[in-house]
Amino acid sequence: MILSQKITSYPGHEITPEDVKEGKYLDVVYKFEPKYSWAAGVAISRFLAELKEGRIIARKCMNCERILVPPRMYCEQCFRPTDEWVQIKDTGTINTYSISHVGTDARRLKTPILVAVVDLDGATPGMGILHNLGEVEPSEIKVGMKVKAVWKSSSERQGAITDIRYFRPIGEE
Amino acid sequence: MKNRVAIVGAGMTLFRRRMLESPKELSFEATRMALDSAGLELKDIQSVVSGSAPDAFDGMHMKGEYLLDGMGGIGKPNQRVYVGGGTGVFTPIGGFWNVASGMYDTCLCVAEEKMSPLHPHPQYAFWSIFDQILERPLGTTLLWIFSLEMRRYMHKYGIKEEEIASVAVKNKGNAVDHPCAQLGAKITVDDVMNSEPICWPVKRLDVSPPSDGAAAVVLATEKVAKKLTDQPVWLDGVGWTLDSTHWTNRDLAYPEYVEKAAWMAYKMAGIKKPRKEIDIAEVYDPFDYKELHHMEGLQLAGKGEAAKMAVDGVTQRDGDLPVCPSGGLLGVGNPIAAAGMMKICEVFWQLRGEAGKRQVKKDARTGLAQAWGDLMQVGTVAVMRS
Amino acid sequence: MPLRIGIVGVGYSGFDSMTPSLSTRELMFEAATRAYEDAGVDPRKDVQSFICCTEDFWEGISITDEYMPDQLGAVLKPLCTISSDGIVGLATACMHIMSGIADVAVVESHSKISDVVNPDEISSFALDPIYDHHVNADPRFVAGLEMARYLKETATKREYCAQVAVKNKKNALLNPRGVHGADLDKKAVLNSKIAASPLTELESSKTIDGSMVFVLASAQKAKKLGNHTVWINGIGWSSDTPWLEDRDMARAAYAEQSAARAYKMAGVRNPATYFDLAEVDDTYSYKELQSLEALKLAAKGKAGKMVESGAFDRDGRLPVNASGGSLGVGHLLEATGLHRVLEAVLQLRGQAGRLQIQRAKKAVVQSWRGIPTATGAVAVLGN
Repeated sequence: MILSQKITSYPGHEITPEDVKEGKYLDVVYKFEPKYSWAAGVAISRFLAELKEGRIIARKCMNCERILVPPRMYCEQCFRPTDEWVQIKDTGTINTYSISHVGTDARRLKTPILVAVVDLDGATPGMGILHNLGEVEPSEIKVGMKVKAVWKSSSERQGAITDIRYFRPIGEE
Repeated sequence: MKNRVAIVGAGMTLFRRRMLESPKELSFEATRMALDSAGLELKDIQSVVSGSAPDAFDGMHMKGEYLLDGMGGIGKPNQRVYVGGGTGVFTPIGGFWNVASGMYDTCLCVAEEKMSPLHPHPQYAFWSIFDQILERPLGTTLLWIFSLEMRRYMHKYGIKEEEIASVAVKNKGNAVDHPCAQLGAKITVDDVMNSEPICWPVKRLDVSPPSDGAAAVVLATEKVAKKLTDQPVWLDGVGWTLDSTHWTNRDLAYPEYVEKAAWMAYKMAGIKKPRKEIDIAEVYDPFDYKELHHMEGLQLAGKGEAAKMAVDGVTQRDGDLPVCPSGGLLGVGNPIAAAGMMKICEVFWQLRGEAGKRQVKKDARTGLAQAWGDLMQVGTVAVMRS
Repeated sequence: MPLRIGIVGVGYSGFDSMTPSLSTRELMFEAATRAYEDAGVDPRKDVQSFICCTEDFWEGISITDEYMPDQLGAVLKPLCTISSDGIVGLATACMHIMSGIADVAVVESHSKISDVVNPDEISSFALDPIYDHHVNADPRFVAGLEMARYLKETATKREYCAQVAVKNKKNALLNPRGVHGADLDKKAVLNSKIAASPLTELESSKTIDGSMVFVLASAQKAKKLGNHTVWINGIGWSSDTPWLEDRDMARAAYAEQSAARAYKMAGVRNPATYFDLAEVDDTYSYKELQSLEALKLAAKGKAGKMVESGAFDRDGRLPVNASGGSLGVGHLLEATGLHRVLEAVLQLRGQAGRLQIQRAKKAVVQSWRGIPTATGAVAVLGN
């Protein structure tokens, strides 16, 4: 019987970035550049078009009666097509938040990004979207805080999630 | 179930930030070691299941094809199974259906990840896991969803950062005894609390590192296993579940997908009271709070109650329910798919009483390994018995 | 005893050069809805396992399974990616059923190639990063190398390859899914632009969009679902070495191995006379010939001559790619294998319309994962 206790060494050799820089070990550098033009589809095309107009739209499933945002043409719970478009509000509640000190490539940011899942008013409770927070001190952010979208001007809006600059606190209603 | 499935051998490489070995070479080393430990040669292997997470890390399209020769897959039926971070534990689950179905008598399961090739940082690959239209334009990082989930979890159950930090202290401490570990260290809760915030409430020491590494196990039918060893470890239950894509529509405080996956595995293994019947658990811990979050999903702790177990020492190696005796991802390292497989290897060694300095105090007969992944969405669970 | 897993439902959407109005997820929802209707199952209640065959870079998403559950009815259910051709997905479903994990399992695969702006960049990225990637050429150079070697070793006449394209594109004219159907002659095929010498553009399949969903069930369950079950009686998949330089480029070793396993499982002893139809890999013209030989549907080096003689025509001894195959219908990335199975299932059900082959009872289907792989799969089907 072979016991793993008897294994005295484990394979592998560690190297450092300096080893590579000094040419001790060779590497092959390649910049991979795939390009995509994703079809947004029926639901998200309409969602983006509405953002351009400064509005947020959702889809309703008449079977489970949920109002879904981001909108989709099918209800994932009932597995049937959703039924109608519903305009919802650009206000909501912070479900959860974070203060990010790093960017997408893990480099440290000078000013942290404030991010949150915002449950939108008018959609079924718990239907949130990911977005940024603004006009608020990081230490003042709280779960349950009421917030409202701050939109780009109509001439700046392009039909993108970034047509909303961020959400800002609006105090208790 | 047609065939009972045994694990008869395991192997793994060192886990390090940057390894000299190529992805194929890392795979080979782990595979060779698993075969040696089972006393088998490649000719004895009928099928191969490979596991590796995003192609973006190693920097290959169709990574499974590229890795094939390192994983012993030439001329054999090979499946690359893939469920994001859940892939490591899912790889032997893939092997499970190869053997349990009666299709093959022996199956080699290899997981590899080489994260260091991606520049400027492995984290960059995670940007492309987000919705390309609604989320990527916001400059997303993987850390966001973890920190958002951690915040919600803390909020819902009133859990403190210090309590969560105790998991990092335990796991990095356990890893000191793991010969492959990247970040084994004796640290304190204060060290974690004082480490720099990277995506608050997540701080530097709450997080597992990016790593290079590979790990492998050999599965066999009962008939084959009994010829090879007196101590097969049985893979008696497997489960996996994926939740909705729309993670911002979910209850982030509780991993329902882990619960569903766990009950699938428990049911298969005939486990009715997991907290009583599971002796040791290698719970997925890419971040310290995840270990607690997952213990609750796995029914090893009540909702919001895992933190107390960690603080009270229940999950220490000498505790009543040792969790991550290996040192986990926080301590051993996190080459994504290989890290999940490392957990399978650890339970295998623990149940055979071969874990050396890491051996848990209690007599462990039933163990569990779990991984998690995607957009906080997938649970993969394996129940093993000696 | 042969394998006996039922294909109880099929559904598809797309089959067009572009599908700009639908997102990938919406395209999948259409196919899934049709498949579940066809099988008479509710995915939320009746299905225990879902399998998707995708590759990240074709989607432009890392970890594509994240985006799969909702539109398949798979939320909070077992779902996974098998990064391979759809037939390997079917094999996975078979194993899930055989091991008792599932009674009913679903397999999906799709191509949304119209979302990809520079597919060659992606194909090239699958080449070995150190040894082969520096060959700064259309990735089909690999097919050119194989074709040249195949022609040389088997002494197959160059024009026989062109005849494959002529046959398949003509067959596709009868197929409602046949995006690339055409009535051409060999001269037109041979004189079309060179893709990678000796391969020409008209001998090289073109990618299209489409999604396919299959519902599989255990033999017992299949009896209760619908009345047009087609049985998977044998299935095999295999890979040759990933090193281009190490392969025997004249032959498709992966297809030989896959076929040997599938035939053994199904109890097929004389493949050349056993089947009523075959849907085999024709990503490139020569691939059909190479595959026919690997599947033992033609003797080594004889496939070309048989194609030329009409033996593999729709009304020939063994109709091969009567659907039009990839050359006539279009190539669907990892869904290509499922497309071939789809065409065979419709034939065995007697639902192939103008394509229908009379008294079709037994079919063999084979696929290849494309450049630069040496991975493929084979399924033996019966009704």
